[in-house]
Amino acid sequence: MSKASSGTLYRGHEGMWSWVGHRVTGVVIFLFLLVHVLDTSLVRVSPGAYDAVMSTYKNPLMALGETALVAAIVFHAFNGLRLILVDFWKSGTKYHRQMLWGVLALWVITMVAFSIRHLSIAFGGH
Amino acid sequence: MSADIAAPRSQRLDPKYVRARKSRGSFEMIAWLFMRLSGVALIVLIFGHLFANLMLGEGISGIDFGFVAGKWADPVWMFWDLAMLWLAMLHGTNGVRTIINDYAEKPATRVWLKGILYVATIVIVVLGTLVIFTFDPCIPGSTLSVCQ
Repeated sequence: MSKASSGTLYRGHEGMWSWVGHRVTGVVIFLFLLVHVLDTSLVRVSPGAYDAVMSTYKNPLMALGETALVAAIVFHAFNGLRLILVDFWKSGTKYHRQMLWGVLALWVITMVAFSIRHLSIAFGGH
Repeated sequence: MSADIAAPRSQRLDPKYVRARKSRGSFEMIAWLFMRLSGVALIVLIFGHLFANLMLGEGISGIDFGFVAGKWADPVWMFWDLAMLWLAMLHGTNGVRTIINDYAEKPATRVWLKGILYVATIVIVVLGTLVIFTFDPCIPGSTLSVCQ
């Protein structure tokens, strides 16, 4: 990146990166949603077809993928609440940076709790 | 001494620069509001969905046809999933529409990408809705109370 493009109020700072994160996680979640409706629709084909596809989700590699997906969802959710506060709370634009650190802190706490439970089930050999 | 300078945007603009005249303005405002309202609802719906399916009971290990049948034998979960399907698809479609508007510059590209998006959305929403409402939880040997 050229020197001329850095040093603005927005570019390269918290506002830009949270916007990039929101876009990327949003697209990832939307693509998963399309697949998820299709795989769930197999319950209407036959119990065996649904169970066969579900069994492909139940391995350690997919468990890591599921954890990454939930990480994307949780970030998008908490950052979405931050965006609502930026839009509707009169001090929102003033504290948007602090709120991003709050989003990341809540995201870490939520993901530690989720990962312990989900990965112990997935790797626990049930 | 002071010159009388008209305030900008005081109807002295060439009409082609006056954006507010387009009725599209209210659609975009409703879309903007919808993203915030559906977003809050989706946090409740999706966090509940993830907690019930992945955190409680046996988690991912317990998900099979019998698990889905047990949930959709209850109308509360049917409408939970229906609301989640519609709100998430509309929220996601509007988000991707925004991204197409931002990055696709040629009019033909925009029309094609949005056309594909809207067809995909309609197919997925109709399919998902039909699956929820035509699902039969009762298979031979089922122990669900609605199947007795």
